[in-house]
Amino acid sequence: MVDPVAASRLQFAITTIVHIVFPVMSMGLAPFLIYFTWKEIRGGDVVYEQLRRFWSHIFAVSFVVGTVTGLVLEFEFGTNFAAFSEFAGELFGGPLATEGMMAFMLEATFLGIFVYGRDRVSDRMYMLSAVAVGVGTWLSAVWILIANSWMQTPRGYEVVVENGQRVVHLTDPVAAYLNPRFTYEFVHMQNAAVESVALFMAGIAAYHVFRHHVWGVSVESVAFWETTLKVSIVALVVTAPLQVLHGDMYARHVFETQPHKFAAMEAVWETASYVPEYIIAFPTSVEQLLDPRAKQIFGLGIPGGASWLASGGDPQATIQGLESFPGPHPPVALVFWSFRIMVALGFWFILLAVWSAYRWYRGELVEDDLLHKALMGSTPLGFLAVEVGWIVTEVGRQPWLVQGVLRTDAGVSPGITGTEATLTLVGFGLGYTLLLALYLYVLWRLIRAGPPTRRELGDDAGTSETDESTAPTPSGGGGAE
Amino acid sequence: MTAEYAYGLPLDQLWFGLVFAILGTFLVLDGFDFGVGAIFALRRDHDEREALLDVIGPFWHANEVWLVVFGGALFAAFPPVYARLFSRHYLLMFAVLLALAARGLGPELRHQRDDAAWQRWWGRSFAAGSIATPVLLGLFLGNWLVGATTTITLVGALTGLTALALCVLLGAAFIRLKLGDPLYAAARTYGQAAAASYLVLVVATLAAIWTRHPGLRDAITALLPLGLVALTVLVLLVFVGALRVGWHVAAFVAGAVLTYGLVALVAVLMHPQVDPGSGLTLAEGVISPLPLAMMSGVSVLLLPLVALYFVILYSEFRGPLHD
Repeated sequence: MVDPVAASRLQFAITTIVHIVFPVMSMGLAPFLIYFTWKEIRGGDVVYEQLRRFWSHIFAVSFVVGTVTGLVLEFEFGTNFAAFSEFAGELFGGPLATEGMMAFMLEATFLGIFVYGRDRVSDRMYMLSAVAVGVGTWLSAVWILIANSWMQTPRGYEVVVENGQRVVHLTDPVAAYLNPRFTYEFVHMQNAAVESVALFMAGIAAYHVFRHHVWGVSVESVAFWETTLKVSIVALVVTAPLQVLHGDMYARHVFETQPHKFAAMEAVWETASYVPEYIIAFPTSVEQLLDPRAKQIFGLGIPGGASWLASGGDPQATIQGLESFPGPHPPVALVFWSFRIMVALGFWFILLAVWSAYRWYRGELVEDDLLHKALMGSTPLGFLAVEVGWIVTEVGRQPWLVQGVLRTDAGVSPGITGTEATLTLVGFGLGYTLLLALYLYVLWRLIRAGPPTRRELGDDAGTSETDESTAPTPSGGGGAE
Repeated sequence: MTAEYAYGLPLDQLWFGLVFAILGTFLVLDGFDFGVGAIFALRRDHDEREALLDVIGPFWHANEVWLVVFGGALFAAFPPVYARLFSRHYLLMFAVLLALAARGLGPELRHQRDDAAWQRWWGRSFAAGSIATPVLLGLFLGNWLVGATTTITLVGALTGLTALALCVLLGAAFIRLKLGDPLYAAARTYGQAAAASYLVLVVATLAAIWTRHPGLRDAITALLPLGLVALTVLVLLVFVGALRVGWHVAAFVAGAVLTYGLVALVAVLMHPQVDPGSGLTLAEGVISPLPLAMMSGVSVLLLPLVALYFVILYSEFRGPLHD
């Protein structure tokens, strides 16, 4: 049997890593859906109705799976982290309850109208429901990130002993809930969600456009996919540079407020100045290859880069090393590599954005098959960047559950047994694999089927799909039909 | 801790009531979804099954959120209760989550493919989840009341079946509001059977509490149990009568009264404890005055808005489904 502490931590990690996919999908799709609905209602081209129908279907599926997996996380605070919930419930429970009442309720009620009500409600009510769903998803992030930012940089509380137990009391709600970390997390997360969904949309659209123009397979609704591609490129051009610029500010904020985490992100063991920013790094002996605390590192780095990053421009700046902090350290290798993967992806997305925009500007958007392959390959990479980013944030905070206040192992429920914890851990391991497989299967089916065609939507313009945009024009490898 | 804070209001008492009121609202609203799911299990015809899924289609996402809010409210106002109750009933809580997942994913996946085997499988998932969720939540509620340390208790199991009967009763009334024959006629039969089962089960539950938990006898006696049963019979008669003459809204309201009544009974029997399992009283379990007053303000602002959202949703989709 796995030890309940280890099992609870692992289970929470698995359930969060799977869950985050669905809110990212819904938060990222929300602004697009509002835009598509607006254009459809204002009497735009039928393509906007196709866009709204197709992407709201993907939204609805993600919402259902997100609800199922999100409820798990809420319950796990009680079932697996009872000591934490009792200790910090006074501060932590409020934002969760508010999230339910303010955000989730708004999203879920109007989703009923948004998904089922197009033929039943007025245009005005339909537009309202699209906005309400979108605002609801984003408000959820506000309250969840308020709760999370307090765990990173706790303020506005005091620890008192009550009936022999340490508990947190809220003393200053403004300091606790309007935590400076919150703004960083919110901007970084919301922009990441839109960027990830833009990449997802672009990748799928590129697949269909590629099939049509390069392979010469006549894809119905190719106009729809071209519009999807263009809309997602616009979003990518806006979000990709913003994400990296803001990430730089965020990293500096982490350096100032969580120096222990920053030292792990850069794998700085001894306090030093003029610290290089390693691009790649290896332990110098083979035995240390699997040791997350390997110290003898051979690496290629930018001299003074980490110091420059931390201080905002001074390559001579001093970075406090891991050795100067007491107690266990976060698993350095995991944090170090996750951070690097995230940053590398961030720059790759900027390259993709510039590349696509340039091709579009030259009027060659549908012709560059290397670009299409790059976009297709990048379909899930935004989500990957979100995952590794959260690993930096959450694993980098270890061994603390609430930074400097409560250790993670002290937050686990005292009452649960190894058998119980192992049982649910195995259950989630299997169940979530199945769940993800089913989710991807459904997405794949929806993507293959494509949107309802213009004819199905009763578009009297009468022209068939393929006539109205460019006919299949094979370029590169594919042969004509 | 004392919570006599804002305007001298007994906020801890009000929050105790609010937490159970939210649970009751969940059981009424998602309860009819579960009831429709249970009736779905009894029907074989493909078109009938599709119609039953259409009945709850626009509503069930929103209804389920009341469970999220129940968890949030309990966590926010009584964190030790949330922590102790959920970790004590560790496997039960995950069973509830599994049942809810089966219920939620069922209809969504069922619609993805046309072949019969696939649809049968996800139909089963939906039906099993719809039946299991109220039973497990009833088990949770009964265990909470009697302070059980084991997962399955007699009182808990009876409460679970009682909750299922309530859900079928609510589901039957809702189906009659939305659908025509043959489900319209069948729902009357199901509703009547559920009403009769409910009466038997609720009396059995009370009897089980009386015999198994002598500590609660005084609390039961104080409620005039015979009067309570008489009142239940009266409301059940209203339900059946309204169902027969076609006053389906009245029948649904009678079902809602029974649901809130059952939850209120649990709350009243438990009071002034909040977690009988660890002997925690209201005053010990509640958070300190400042955050409690804040959460009260938040709820007073937001819950009326939430009510408005539900009014909008239900009135946009009012009336029979296939007209």
